[in-house]
Amino acid sequence: MSARDDEEVHPPLDSPDYRSTRLRHPKEPLVYLPHAVAEQAGPQLGDLRPGPLDHDLTRQHAGEPVGERITVSGRLLDGDGRPLRDSLVEIWQANAAGRYRHRRDTWPAPLDPNFSGGGRCVTDAEGRYAFVTVKPGPYPWGNHPNAWRPAHIHFSLLGTAFAQRLVTQMYFPGDPLFAFDPIFNSVRDPKARERMIARFSIDGSQENWALAYEFDIVLRGPGETPIEAGH
Amino acid sequence: MSGASPLTPAQTVGPFLAIGLPWEAGPVADPGGVVISGRVLDGAGDPVPDALVETWDPASRAFCRCPTDDDGRWRVVTPPAPQLAVNVLARGLLHRLVTRIHFAPDPDDPVLARVPEARRHTLLAEPDGGGYRFDIRIQGEGETVFFAL
Repeated sequence: MSARDDEEVHPPLDSPDYRSTRLRHPKEPLVYLPHAVAEQAGPQLGDLRPGPLDHDLTRQHAGEPVGERITVSGRLLDGDGRPLRDSLVEIWQANAAGRYRHRRDTWPAPLDPNFSGGGRCVTDAEGRYAFVTVKPGPYPWGNHPNAWRPAHIHFSLLGTAFAQRLVTQMYFPGDPLFAFDPIFNSVRDPKARERMIARFSIDGSQENWALAYEFDIVLRGPGETPIEAGH
Repeated sequence: MSGASPLTPAQTVGPFLAIGLPWEAGPVADPGGVVISGRVLDGAGDPVPDALVETWDPASRAFCRCPTDDDGRWRVVTPPAPQLAVNVLARGLLHRLVTRIHFAPDPDDPVLARVPEARRHTLLAEPDGGGYRFDIRIQGEGETVFFAL
C-alpha cells in the first residue's frame, strides 16, 4: 500500500466542516519516513493485556445496562487480507441514551449506573475479536446548529507494526444522520465511508438474547509473519 | 498480492477517549526508566486537555500511553533509548499524528536527515530536572515536525 493510497482513504486533517480541526491540524507539510523505519514491530502488550471479561460491557456492574443488547464482532486484517493475531482491540461508546460517562459530557440524557462504556479484547489466531454491549444512542454536539452524531462505537487498533496504528469509529447501517455528520463525511470517498458501517447479521443474532453486528477492520501494509511476531 | 483489501478509514478519538484508552499501568513501561513529560498545545497556543500521547521504543518494544490533563500535560516513564516514536491522538484530529523524540542532535540519523534543519529542534527533548521535557505543538509557531508513514 503506497502512501498515496493511504492518503486517499483517510480524512484530511484540515476538515473545516468539523470545527475542532481548525486549530488542531499541522500547517507544515508532513515529512515522509523511509519504509524501513515506519514498518518497525509493534508493542508488547505486557500490562495492557485485557482481563477475561473486559470484552463484555454488559457485565461490568451489579446489574445489566438498559438498551438494545448487541454483539459486535469481526476480523482484524492487513491490506493483503491476512489476519492480525494477538493484537489489542479497544472500544468506547455512549450508553443507550447517547450519554458518555465522562465529566465533560454535559448533555441531559441519563447516565446508566450499570454501564461504563469501555471494552477491550485481543484478536485470536484468525484475527477475530468479539464484544457484547448495548447499542449506543445518537447525541447532540456543538459543531453547528442542530448537530447530532450518528450512533457509533469508537475502535482503537494497535496492529502488529507501528505503521498500522489506527483509531476509527464503527457506525450502524441505515442511520438517518449520516448525511449531516461532518466527522463521518470527512472521509471523502463514499466507498471508504461504507467501510465504517457494520453489517447486521441475522445468522449471527442469537435467539432471545442479542442482535449481531459484524465489522471487519483492515489496517495498512502487510503484517508481521508469525515468525517475526514471535520475537 | 492479489485480493488486496481496502483499508478502514481513520476517525477522531473524540473528546471522551478517557473512557476507553487509558490504562492504570499505561504511562509507565519501566519504573526505573527515563521520565519524559510535556504539554500538547493547539494552534492558539492553548493546552489540549483531551489528547492521548503514546511513545513506542522499537528496540525494547516498550509502549507507554498517557492522556493529557486539563493543562495539556502528559508524562511517561520508559527504558532509555536513542529515540522514540510517538503517536498523538485528540478530539479534532481525524487521524493520529506521528512524531519522534530524539535525545541528542545526531545529523547522521536517517530520520533527522530528512527534516529541514531549522525544524529539527522540535524533535529534541530538553533535559528537565532528572528527566526530559518534550512539548508537542500541533500547529503554528514552533510547530512540531510530524511524519507521514
